[in-house]
Amino acid sequence: MGDASREAERELVLRAQAGDRQAFGDLVARHMRQAYFVALGLVGSHDDALDLSQDAFVRAFRAVQSIDADRPFFPWLYQIVRRLSFNFLRDSKTRRERLATATEWLTAVERDPAEQVERAERRRQVQMAIENLGIREREVLILKEFQGLKYREIAELLGIPMGTVMSRLYAARRSLADELDGKL
Amino acid sequence: MNVTGDGLDRARRLMMSGIDDELSAVERRELDDLLASDPTLRAEWERLFRVKRATGSMKLRNPPEEVWEGYMNTVYRRLERSIGWILASVGAIVVVSYGVWTAISEMIADATVPWYIKAGVLALVVGAVILFVSVVREKLFVRKTDPYKDVVR
Repeated sequence: MGDASREAERELVLRAQAGDRQAFGDLVARHMRQAYFVALGLVGSHDDALDLSQDAFVRAFRAVQSIDADRPFFPWLYQIVRRLSFNFLRDSKTRRERLATATEWLTAVERDPAEQVERAERRRQVQMAIENLGIREREVLILKEFQGLKYREIAELLGIPMGTVMSRLYAARRSLADELDGKL
Repeated sequence: MNVTGDGLDRARRLMMSGIDDELSAVERRELDDLLASDPTLRAEWERLFRVKRATGSMKLRNPPEEVWEGYMNTVYRRLERSIGWILASVGAIVVVSYGVWTAISEMIADATVPWYIKAGVLALVVGAVILFVSVVREKLFVRKTDPYKDVVR
């Protein structure tokens, strides 16, 4: 994020804290896609990701006075999305429902009609393998692979050392390699 | 020669950085040397690289554009509802408390009600108030002092 954009965001946070709902709306518009995709990567369902990310903004609005305007907004919001998503995943009832209503949340970067069937099958296998990862390994993999963050950015976002980021990523990829052995 | 112990941890981290193109030139040379000297590590590197290629060819599915158009309205609706719930709850507490207070006042003033019924109802009300205050106090205390409050359940 550039300095101008950072300053504009700081301004929005301060206005939202002063009760300006339009300013909060602008913060939602800025970050809704990122919040949705983080939740989608974690819970693997469009409807649930939408629901959880919107719930995160509602909670953010209620806690708007506690935001430090001098720090970036998204890492703070990320903690809310993350906590809601983790709690959602650990709820055994929702886990059963998720299995019953499994959806496609990954897609091919480039669509080649000639390889469509093969790609669809591989995508399904990769998606299932990611869904079987532990929550923390899955989180790091999603942030790296599908959010395109650098190790340093992931470490800052999660508040963990970079070495831990790499260890979790290794564990995630090792699990995927074991599960997809012979299919890649 | 097989890499073991701390060297293996280092090698795994180097492999991750190599796969994700986050290596410095010095680290790249170190990784190349390790892969050249340890066939087991080389085999693992190739397996992990295949995983990277597979996940790298995929992305998160985009929702329909209408989702973004209605996103903000849904957030606002939820905010309104939460405010509505808070107001309705406060209102309900006030109304129910008033009703209970009025009923108890009338019952106490009613000479036909036996004294032990009056005493029983009073004990019930006082007990309920003590329980309510105790639970609220405990919640507030835990909120202030719980060292695990930020830990994800």
